[in-house]
Amino acid sequence: MSKPTDLVQGTLDLLILKTMAAEPMHGWAIAQRIRNVSKNILQVNQGALYPALHRLEQQGWITAVWGESENNRRAKYYSLTKDGKKYLQREEKNWDRLSKAIGVVLRTV
Amino acid sequence: MRWVRKISLRFHSLLHKDAVERDLDEELRFHIERQSAENIAAGMAPAEARRAAQIEFGGTESFKEDCREARKVNHIQEFSRDIRFGLRMLRKNPGFTAVAVLTLALGIGACTAIFSAVNPILFEPLPYPHADRILMIWDRSDGGARGSVTFGTYRELVKRAANFDSIAVMKSWQPTSSGARTPQRLNGQNVSSTYFRVLGVSPALGRDFQASDDIPNGPKVAILSNGLWKRQFGSDPTVIGRQITLTEDASFLRGNDDTYLVIGVMPAGFEDVLAPTAEIWSPLQYDWAVSTSESREWGHHLHMVGRLRSNSTLNQGRQELDLIANMQVPAYPRPPWASLKLGFIVDSLQDDVTRGVKPALLSILGAVMLVLLIACVNVTNLLLARGSQRRGEFAVRTALGAERPRLIRQLLTESLLLAAFGGVLGIAVAVIAVRALVALAPAGLPRASAIGLDGWVLAFTIGLTALIGVLAGVIPAVHASRNSPHSGLQEGSRRTAGGHQWTRGILVVAEIALALILLVGAGLLLRSLARLFSVAPGFDASDLLTMQVQESGHGYIKDSVRWRFFAEAQDAVHRIPGVTAAAFTSILPLTSDREEYGAQFEKDKPGSGQDVFLYGVTPGYFELMGIPLQRGRFLDAHDTTGSPVAVVINASFAKRMFANGDPIGQRLKLGPQKGWDTIVGVVGDVRQESLAADVPDAVYINTTQWEWGDTVLSLVVRGHADVALLAPAIKQAIWSVDKDQPIVRVSTMSELLAASAAERHFVFVLFEAFGIVALTLAAIGIYGVLSGSVTERLREIGVRMALGATPTRILALILRQGMTLTAIGAVLGLMGAALASQALITLLFGITPLDPVTYFGVIALMLIVSAIACWVPAWRAARVDPAITLRAE
Repeated sequence: MSKPTDLVQGTLDLLILKTMAAEPMHGWAIAQRIRNVSKNILQVNQGALYPALHRLEQQGWITAVWGESENNRRAKYYSLTKDGKKYLQREEKNWDRLSKAIGVVLRTV
Repeated sequence: MRWVRKISLRFHSLLHKDAVERDLDEELRFHIERQSAENIAAGMAPAEARRAAQIEFGGTESFKEDCREARKVNHIQEFSRDIRFGLRMLRKNPGFTAVAVLTLALGIGACTAIFSAVNPILFEPLPYPHADRILMIWDRSDGGARGSVTFGTYRELVKRAANFDSIAVMKSWQPTSSGARTPQRLNGQNVSSTYFRVLGVSPALGRDFQASDDIPNGPKVAILSNGLWKRQFGSDPTVIGRQITLTEDASFLRGNDDTYLVIGVMPAGFEDVLAPTAEIWSPLQYDWAVSTSESREWGHHLHMVGRLRSNSTLNQGRQELDLIANMQVPAYPRPPWASLKLGFIVDSLQDDVTRGVKPALLSILGAVMLVLLIACVNVTNLLLARGSQRRGEFAVRTALGAERPRLIRQLLTESLLLAAFGGVLGIAVAVIAVRALVALAPAGLPRASAIGLDGWVLAFTIGLTALIGVLAGVIPAVHASRNSPHSGLQEGSRRTAGGHQWTRGILVVAEIALALILLVGAGLLLRSLARLFSVAPGFDASDLLTMQVQESGHGYIKDSVRWRFFAEAQDAVHRIPGVTAAAFTSILPLTSDREEYGAQFEKDKPGSGQDVFLYGVTPGYFELMGIPLQRGRFLDAHDTTGSPVAVVINASFAKRMFANGDPIGQRLKLGPQKGWDTIVGVVGDVRQESLAADVPDAVYINTTQWEWGDTVLSLVVRGHADVALLAPAIKQAIWSVDKDQPIVRVSTMSELLAASAAERHFVFVLFEAFGIVALTLAAIGIYGVLSGSVTERLREIGVRMALGATPTRILALILRQGMTLTAIGAVLGLMGAALASQALITLLFGITPLDPVTYFGVIALMLIVSAIACWVPAWRAARVDPAITLRAE
C-alpha cells in the first residue's frame, strides 16, 4: 500500500473540507461535487476518500452523523466542526500563499 | 474541546469495535449502491452498473484497512498482541518471572509504604485551609532553644501585630470525666477563643468559642472532638447545651465548679496537629488585665500559633514580630523573664511539627529509594541474562523482518508487564508494611493518623511502576536488539563472553556500592544505639514500675487533704508483698514530662535567673531511685508544711552556679514563690528527656512544700524481680484509699528507657531491614553474573584445564573475577557512604558519620557475603571435566 504524498494528502483534505463547508454531505456526494465543480479535471479516487474522511474525523475537524439520503437510504453525513472551520480558513490562506508563490516562481524563472 | 472529541472517538472505536466495523461496511456499501443507481440512471444494465461502481471505487478491503489505520485502532491491537506474547514468555519462564516479580514487589512495596508515611507528614499541606499561613511562634530562650510564651506576650502581640489575622495560645489540659462508671482521664487543651479560627476549622455542630467565653471566671464551656462525641454520647446531636461533669487537674486554679456546658462538636475529619490526642477543648480564661508579674499570666507555659493575613508573607510576619520584640512600648510592660530581648522563633506550623522527625524520615526515604534502585538493577541484570539466552529467538525474528523499534517495544512491553505484576504485588506488600510501620512508629510521630494508602500514594506507585518498567527494560532491550541476526544465528550454541557481560559487571558494581551505603547507614545507627544505651540514666532503672496517679474531686481542694491522699496511697503500696519502696514525683525521668520555673538566687541581683526543671517529690524518692547524694542531705519527711522550705539541686546545676563555692545553705526562689528556699543537698544528675538529651538544671522539693504543685503525680515502685506483675495489686492498694482516682500510663522503667530511644530504634530497624534486603540482592546479583560467565566460559575453562591449569587456579580465576567486582563496588560504595552518612548526622549519637569501626565491619561483611556468592560458581568451574566440555562442541 503506497500512501499519498503529503502534498497530495493535504490537498485532498482541503478539497474535502471546502466541499462540505456549506452543508453536511455524505462521501459519494463529496466525490461527485469535487468532480463536477472542477469540471471533471479533478477525479478523486472514490475509495481513497474514505480513509481521508475517517482521519479528518479522528483529528476532530469534522464530525459524522447518520442521516437519510436523497434516495431515502441510511447514509453517513459529514460536517465541519467549529475547529474544522477555523482549520479550513487557515489552510485556504496557506494554499493561496503557496499557489501564488508557485505562480510567481513559474513566471519568473 | 478538540482533544475531548478525539479521545472519546478513540475510545468509541476501541470499545465498540464491531459497531464501528458495521458502520464502515454500511458506509462503503451505500457509496457503491449510490454510484450504481447513478450508472443505471445513465442507462446501464443493473449488473453492469454495479460492476462499474465497484471498479470505480477500488479495493474495498484495502480502503477499510486504511480507515482502521486512520482511526489508530491498529496500534492498540498491536499493543495487545505484544502483551499477550509477553505474558506467554513470562509464563514459559516461571522461575525467572517469580524472582523478578518478587524483587520488584519488595522494592515497590517498601517504597510505597514509606512514601505513604512520609507524604502526609512532610509533603502534603496540613489539613487546614491555607495551612501555609499558620505560623508557630516561640520565645527564643537562652541558647537559641524554642521556649513557651507567656500570656502577657500573647496579649501584646494580639494588640500590636498587624500582619496576623488572629493569634491563639493554648496549653494541655487533662480533665477527668467522672460521670462514667470508672473515672476516665481525657486529653484536651485550654485554648484562647481564637484557636479554631487560627486553624480555620469551625465546629460541625454548635458554635465556636467567642471572646466572651475567654475571660477569668467566664462560663464553663467545652467543645468535643467527633471521636469523643461518638464514644461518650453515641453521636447524639442534642448533646449541644447539655451539662457534663469534668474534674480539673488543677482545681485550685479554677474553684470547684466542674460542670461544663457542651457548646460544639468538631467535624469528623478534624485533626489537631498541635495536640494529636486532644478530644476536648475549653477556653483558657486568663486575665487580659495581666495585673501582677507573679500571676500565671506571666508564666512561660503556653504555645502560640498565628494565622497570617492573606496578603502577608512568612518573612513579613517574622520581621514584624522581631520589631515588636525589640521595641517595647509603655502600654505593655514586660517583666525581666519575658523581656523578649532574644526575639521569637517563627516557622510555619508544618515545619514546626515535622522539625523533629524530618531528618529521620528523609533518611528513611533515601534508604528505601536505594533499595528500590538495587531491586531495579537486579531485574535489569536478570533481563540481560535472559536476553543473552534469547539471542537466537531475536535473530530469527530479525531475519524474518521484525524491525528494531518493534523488537525494543516487545521487550519493553515484557519489562513493563513484570513491573506491573511487581506493582500489584507491591501494593499488597505495602498494605502489610504500612500496618507494621504504624505499629513500629515512635510515639511522637506527628500526623501518624494520616498514614495510609490513599489516592496520592497509589498514583505514586503507578508512576513508580511505569518508571521501573522502562528503566529496568531499556538497557536489556537495546542490548538484545543490537545483535545482528547473522552473528546471533551463527553463534547458536557456541558462546563467548561479550559486551553484555561488561554491562552486567557494571550493574553488579553499582549494586554492591548501593548495598554498602545502606549497610553503613544501618551500622552507624546500630553503633549509636549501643552507645546510647550505655549512657547511665543517673539512677537504677531496673525493677522499677511507674504509673501516673491523679487525685481529683471536691475532697481534695485543700492541700492538706491532697497530701494525705498521696501519703496514704504511698503507705498502702509499700505494704504490698514484693514492693520494697514507693514514692511519688511530679515529673518522671525519661518521659516528656516537664515543669520549668525560673530560679532566682539570693546571691544574684534581682531580675536575673534561669529556667530549671522542678521535681516535686515525696520523701524516700532519691533512695528509691538510687540517685546518689554528693553533698549535704536528702529531703526527708521533716521538710514539710510549716518548716523552712528545703531544696536539693543536681550536680551539674551546682557546678555551674557554684563552681568554687559550697551550694549548701545558699538560698533561691522558684517561679511565683514569695519566700526563700534553702539548698540542703546536691544529688547526681538524672537524664530527663531522653538518654541522648543533655542533663537539665534541676531542683527537687518536697511536694508538701510546693503550693503550686500539680494534682497529677507519678508513682515509682521498686520491687523484687518482675515488677510489671505488681501493677494490679498496686492499683487495688491506691483504690483502697480512694476508689475514684484514675491511674494511667503504667509502664516499667525499662520500657520508658526503650521508648526514649524509640525514634532512633525505628530508623535503625528500617535501615537494618533495607540493608539485609540490599545485601541479599547484591549477593544474588554477583552470583548470577559469575555463574552466567562460567557457563559461557566452559569451553575456555576446558581448554585451560586441558593445557594443564589446576582446579585451584581455575577456582582462583573465577573468584578473582567476582572479588574484583566486589572491590570496585566497595570502593565506590565507601565514597558514597561517606557522603550519604552526613544526612544521618542528627540521628547519630556518640560517633561520627565516618566511624571507622562501622566502615571496617561493613566492608568485612560485604567481602564475606560476596566471597560466598562467588564460591559456588567458582567451585563449579573448578570441577569442569575438560574431556566433556570440549567434546560437547
